[in-house]
Amino acid sequence: MHDFTPVPALIGGVLIGLASVWLLAANGRIAGISNILHGLFELPFPAWRAWFIGGLLVAGVAWQLATRPAPLHEGFPLGWAAAAGLLVGFGTRLGSGCTSGHGVCGLGRLSARSLVAVVTFMVTGTIAVYVMRHVLKVAS
Amino acid sequence: MMKHLAAGTAGLVFGIGLWVSGMANPRKVIGFLDVTGAWDASLAFVMGGSVVATLAGFRIVTRRAKPLFVDRFHLPTRKDIDLPLVAGAALFGVGWGIAGYCPGPGLTALTTLSAEALVFVAAMIAGGLLQRALFKPA
Repeated sequence: MHDFTPVPALIGGVLIGLASVWLLAANGRIAGISNILHGLFELPFPAWRAWFIGGLLVAGVAWQLATRPAPLHEGFPLGWAAAAGLLVGFGTRLGSGCTSGHGVCGLGRLSARSLVAVVTFMVTGTIAVYVMRHVLKVAS
Repeated sequence: MMKHLAAGTAGLVFGIGLWVSGMANPRKVIGFLDVTGAWDASLAFVMGGSVVATLAGFRIVTRRAKPLFVDRFHLPTRKDIDLPLVAGAALFGVGWGIAGYCPGPGLTALTTLSAEALVFVAAMIAGGLLQRALFKPA
């Protein structure tokens, strides 16, 4: 087992879950980040989506200021980053969600659609890592 | 205004959770998905902790007639398992495994000012717009 950090993982996971509960309690919305992002480009301008993403960015700035520089993915080829982004953007919109919408929130709602989505993206993600790391040997 | 502040605080706490948990670190994500190599099981605890919170919290929240700052809950109603769901999740998973970023970590990682996060997020927005152009919304 490498770099196993179960305690921060659990604490961070609970924060993610509580933030999702708060968004539903306050605004009646599911905290699905891909949905929040894709919906940002619709009219009329959905201000709450911009506020949520603003919060994500403030969290990042606070983290960079409070801790050592974030671990970067040194030497990861930008062409692969672009391919990954296209697949994530296209796939999350086609499949109506990502790790947060289907994973954190969908599983919390006991949604069968979300369970199917989570199993599917875990399997294809595992295959993609296998191919990238052990077949193509791309730096990661 | 309250609903905007609520959305902002939700994003802030969500983002802190991503950093604390290690989910915003693509190396941790790839380590978690690398079951045949140097496997790091940490992210199972992220998913476990978050789902326990939503399982309990959503149950309590949806007992209320309406949310605090808006008129109604906006909850998904579909139950069918269809091809777009599975194909979309499959494509998303491939992209997630390639770079180690899903949407939330990609967005909050913009603050590292790393070229890869900028490229990833720009491509993610483009991918979403491409999907909408190809599959017109009903």
